[in-house]
Amino acid sequence: MSRVRADEEEYWHSSKFRAFTFDDEDDELSQLKESKRAVNSLRDIVDDDDDDLERVSWSGEPVGSISWSIKETASGSASSLDGRDSSLQKGSSSYAALPKQASSYSLSSLFKGRNKLPSFQSLSDALTDTGVKSYAPELRRPKAEYKDYSSDWSPKDTVRRMQRGKVCSLERFRSLQDKLVLLDEAVAGHDGNVITAVLIFLKRTLRREILFRELEVRQVALCHLIHFLREMGEQKFLLDLLRFLDRTEEVALSQYREHLNIQDVEKRREFLKGCIGLPFSAEDTSHIQDHYTLLERQIIIEANDRHLETAGQSELFRKYPRKASILNMPLVTTLFYSCFYHYTEAEGMFSSPTNLKKTFKIPDKQYVLTALAARAKLRAWGDVDALLTTKVLQEYVRLVEDVETRLNLATKYKCHDVVIETYRDLKDRIQLTAYKSKVERGSAEEEKIHSILSNVQIRWKN
Amino acid sequence: MALAGRRDAPELPDFGILKRLARDQLVYLLEQLPGKKDLFIEADLMSPLDRIANVSILKQHDVDKLYKVETRPAPGASDQFCFLVRPRLRTMRFIADIVNADKMSGRSRKYKIIFSPQKFYACEMVLEEEGVFGDVTCDEWSFYLLPLDEDIISMELPEFFRDYFLEGDHRWINPVARALQLLNSLYGPFGKTYGIGRCAKMSYELWRDLEEESESEGQGRKPEIGHVFLMDRGSVDFGPDVTSSDKSIKVLLNSQDKVFSQIRNEHFSSVFGFLSQKSRNLQAQYDRRRGMDIKQMKDFVSQELKGLKQEHRLLSLHIGACESIMKKKTKQDFQETIKAEHSLLEGFDIRESTSFIEEHIDRQVSPIESLRLMCLLSITENGLVPKDYRSLKTQYLQSYGPEHLLTFHNLKRIGLLTEQSAGETLTAVESKVSKLVTDRAAGKITDAFNSLARKSNFRAISKKLGLIPRLDGEYDLKMPRDMAYVFGGAYVPLSCKIIEQVLERRGWQGLEEVVRLLNGNEFCVSDSTVEDSPACESQRVVLAVFLGGCTFSEIAALRFLGKERGCKFIFLTTAITNSARMMEAMIEAKA
Repeated sequence: MSRVRADEEEYWHSSKFRAFTFDDEDDELSQLKESKRAVNSLRDIVDDDDDDLERVSWSGEPVGSISWSIKETASGSASSLDGRDSSLQKGSSSYAALPKQASSYSLSSLFKGRNKLPSFQSLSDALTDTGVKSYAPELRRPKAEYKDYSSDWSPKDTVRRMQRGKVCSLERFRSLQDKLVLLDEAVAGHDGNVITAVLIFLKRTLRREILFRELEVRQVALCHLIHFLREMGEQKFLLDLLRFLDRTEEVALSQYREHLNIQDVEKRREFLKGCIGLPFSAEDTSHIQDHYTLLERQIIIEANDRHLETAGQSELFRKYPRKASILNMPLVTTLFYSCFYHYTEAEGMFSSPTNLKKTFKIPDKQYVLTALAARAKLRAWGDVDALLTTKVLQEYVRLVEDVETRLNLATKYKCHDVVIETYRDLKDRIQLTAYKSKVERGSAEEEKIHSILSNVQIRWKN
Repeated sequence: MALAGRRDAPELPDFGILKRLARDQLVYLLEQLPGKKDLFIEADLMSPLDRIANVSILKQHDVDKLYKVETRPAPGASDQFCFLVRPRLRTMRFIADIVNADKMSGRSRKYKIIFSPQKFYACEMVLEEEGVFGDVTCDEWSFYLLPLDEDIISMELPEFFRDYFLEGDHRWINPVARALQLLNSLYGPFGKTYGIGRCAKMSYELWRDLEEESESEGQGRKPEIGHVFLMDRGSVDFGPDVTSSDKSIKVLLNSQDKVFSQIRNEHFSSVFGFLSQKSRNLQAQYDRRRGMDIKQMKDFVSQELKGLKQEHRLLSLHIGACESIMKKKTKQDFQETIKAEHSLLEGFDIRESTSFIEEHIDRQVSPIESLRLMCLLSITENGLVPKDYRSLKTQYLQSYGPEHLLTFHNLKRIGLLTEQSAGETLTAVESKVSKLVTDRAAGKITDAFNSLARKSNFRAISKKLGLIPRLDGEYDLKMPRDMAYVFGGAYVPLSCKIIEQVLERRGWQGLEEVVRLLNGNEFCVSDSTVEDSPACESQRVVLAVFLGGCTFSEIAALRFLGKERGCKFIFLTTAITNSARMMEAMIEAKA
């Protein structure tokens, strides 16, 4: 085994492009057996470019019976039907068969496979009088010896040929029945490339509604068409299909997905605004709404901050220049940014952390975590202390049993929530109303007081 | 140790020929465009290409400049362009743009597209639509199989996973069938083929279809591979990824590296011992030079020094790599992640694990990590409780960007991250109970209810197959007992366990329940022409085919199994993958 390998290795290293033939009665032949077998197994895998005769565009456009070299120089006319060059015109099923120049044997011919279709196999077997199973010699045979069977190919054979990379005309599948049989054969053949090819043909030759209707009961084919449309970027067609299928959520998601391709932020914002009304689930609708609002805010913040930064009057921006724009960043990043540059701003400002917290209902835990990180980065230890204090103290103060002591402690350390809740539990409307002056205007705490005061179910003691 | 019962493992077939075939075919294709040419290479074909050819080979065949696809040619570009690409529509548009720009400016050039591994009809359609069909010639480079190591062959098709399992596109089944056909013709005939999964079945059928037409020249030759096992990656498995590590240095690691070949399958904990032993030996060998006379010294320098230096270089490389992995490992996060993963696998402390994930998200720790943990939670729990699903999703979108809405949709479609349907949970009972007890306890009670109420596929399979080994005492990672060693003794990869079981039973008998839980599509076909005697060498060589990717953990686990059973596994995978890559494949990017 290993000896054969060594020889084979030598062969592969030395042969490069030296011509040789298999029918040579050379001693080398036996040594080459192994490599040949390997190479032969590649037959099918390798596209046989030389089989020009069989090249009929799968889409039915004439590619022709003319050698590739001519096609190359024809610069584009190969795909046109203008009939300038009649040899490029495909008759219904017969082709002008130009004998091909016999190519000299080279390593390259090894890679040329014999047509492997059963029908062809027997045909070529009959024509091969040498018993040797070699492939190169056949390439020498004039192409005219091949018969064109294309019109006889059953849907199954058509699919098989396409699976092997052969070009096949689909134009003769004209009745709906024929088209569907072809599609079903393609699906049964498990080759996505062929399924898609047949679908492209069907898409071109059938009215949308009819195609959609038939695909509805052919899920595998349907997946292929959807994937193809997505890859082609045929959005409108895709949406029509999804709507026809009543896949409303996918319609919404597909449309929303488009925003990723919009670079201009203003246009993106406008686009997102349009997405809000799409048929998402209730949950997702709120996410989309948030996405729109977030970008809207970011655009405002970005404009202001860029101005601030270039004006050079803000010490914070001078000391810590922004590394990147805040546009299109996630919410938590935006919150971090605003805790970093706009921590002390009043809640009325779009760029203030409290405004973000409220608008997007950011949970306490998340808020404190992000604010801590931002303030610590700035070494604003006072803010860090305050954040930690309110957070931790609040938990402890809440646990103090004696109401009087709890109120005193909570007032002293500004644990607003605890004070408010204690007055509520004491049903002390007067004190609660008075406490409004201690909390910030427009803050969540103020709102909390309002909502408690307007709660009709509480029986106030005063 | 049960070493006595082991037979020597059979020899592996030589896969070097695959590289030579690919290289020679590429050279042939390049020669089809004689003369000086510029070569545009698709980014993801570069590293495979590096493994089979090099720049000087390309230069020998008149390649002048090399470009990456997507970069525009420089003004002084040559008169012939060759594009070595994957069959992708957007690449076709890129090429068409170049051709059309040339046409506009009256520049005449020759263009050739070489598709690897094959051309798609849709690609030609785009060329036609763009009006460049006929201006370009097309060829196929049937480069299906890239040997990465003596026992690993990759198809280098990472997109297989998303295309098949998410989009439902069957475009890569044909290349898989052809890859099998090629292997069969070189190393077959295969005696017995096992498989599970829809994709596995289709690949098998298409492959048989191709075989039927060919003359099967392989018949009568001595087979080198006895069994084939085809398996869908899909939803079959999703283990934790403990052994993964970031490689910042790019080194070609395979069994030709003497140090690596000895440590690659060891659990990380035993690598240090090995490396230190190795370096002590090295030191000792260096030390011998003391007290040598001139002649001895001369011999030493001429004969041994080179080898020692080489070994030294390798050792320092691997020690460096270990250091960097250790740095990652000792971070608190890593330990906690492992802990959370293990709890998830075993199904306890679900509440705690959920808040661990939550914290991950809140702190904006890697988006992929967070997704991966959520998927693990979903798979082990058969979907997330709707309340958790919603809150984790909201937090995720807030932390990593709202566009991940699309990612969640993809994960739901593929079944990696799902929401339990309402009827399955006992929300009502749960909420009543939680009013009575503290949060923590409520969590535990919820877990208990859920495990009673729901049937988790993962748990059922795990129990049936014993994927989570029962631990009596410490798991000695230096003396692995079973395949679970790849995950520190916590978990046997499902795929590997199935392969073990099926090979042992020589079929699927007795695994009916497991098969049902995995959605069936199992098969087992014998080739009657191949002698099925266990004495035959090839009967102990198993080709394990992973459709959708295979992880290094799985490879290590099966190598271990092979050692235990005196057989050898060869891995054929559509790509080497890990959980992070799977997650990345689910993320929606701009078109």
